[in-house]
Amino acid sequence: MAFVYSDPFETLFQFQNALDQLRSSNWLQASPSGGGSYPPMNVFRKEDDIVMVIEVPGVRKSDLKIEAKGNTIRIAGTKTIEQGGQASVHRVERRGGSFDRAITLPIEVDADRIKAECRDGILALYLPRAERDKPRAISIA
Amino acid sequence: MADNKPLEVQEKKEVVGKGEKTVPARYYMPNTDIRETEDALLVVMEVPGVDRKDVDIKVEEDTLKVEARIDTAKYDGMEPLYTEYNVGHFARQFALSHMIDQQQIGATLNDGVLTLTLKKVQEAKPRRIEIG
Repeated sequence: MAFVYSDPFETLFQFQNALDQLRSSNWLQASPSGGGSYPPMNVFRKEDDIVMVIEVPGVRKSDLKIEAKGNTIRIAGTKTIEQGGQASVHRVERRGGSFDRAITLPIEVDADRIKAECRDGILALYLPRAERDKPRAISIA
Repeated sequence: MADNKPLEVQEKKEVVGKGEKTVPARYYMPNTDIRETEDALLVVMEVPGVDRKDVDIKVEEDTLKVEARIDTAKYDGMEPLYTEYNVGHFARQFALSHMIDQQQIGATLNDGVLTLTLKKVQEAKPRRIEIG
């Protein structure tokens, strides 16, 4: 089911519950860097296409590298934490480092038409489903 | 921090027990670094997906309250297939000590990272004492 947000309060809660239920979804098959690696991602379907929403707070656009080959998407990059010279540290919860993750999708995507957007620490990848992968209506002769 | 070690996913921590939210949705605690320089305290929080207009920073009774809301409309018409993290608004609060000048709190938001600069009051800055 698709979500339409008329009431921003109830629906967010329902949406959070729906996301929780899919935490053990096996839509992405196990692969070397399947689940649990950085950066964490959510995958959605929007009409025929797939949208990947990835949280990368503090990662600059220029530090991200996205590659697509067949139906495998690779996301690599570096997250730099500014240390700011002479500062004493009271609390450290953010972590920096490098990441490299490859995801193999169970559908065929049109690699030439993939769009990527990075805004406010969220990377969104729009993956159009390949025409040849779309279901076709068969008319009965 | 070494930049070449692989990053691991940090599970989001839910905000619990504040008892002031009247909506059922879950709030999350943004990962936060706090550093002190000579004249200010820097509070750096990760709030991915939050636009600058949806950040609310308040000082009430010596408590700094930060609330950052995501835009759920971006998820309109999207059906989740596979998830690794949950989405929600962010909230966190900090008690301010008297060394902070409450009139001089600055904030910037870049790539989902909110940086608050809390200036220290004049008396709290380190001073060099000359021997008379």
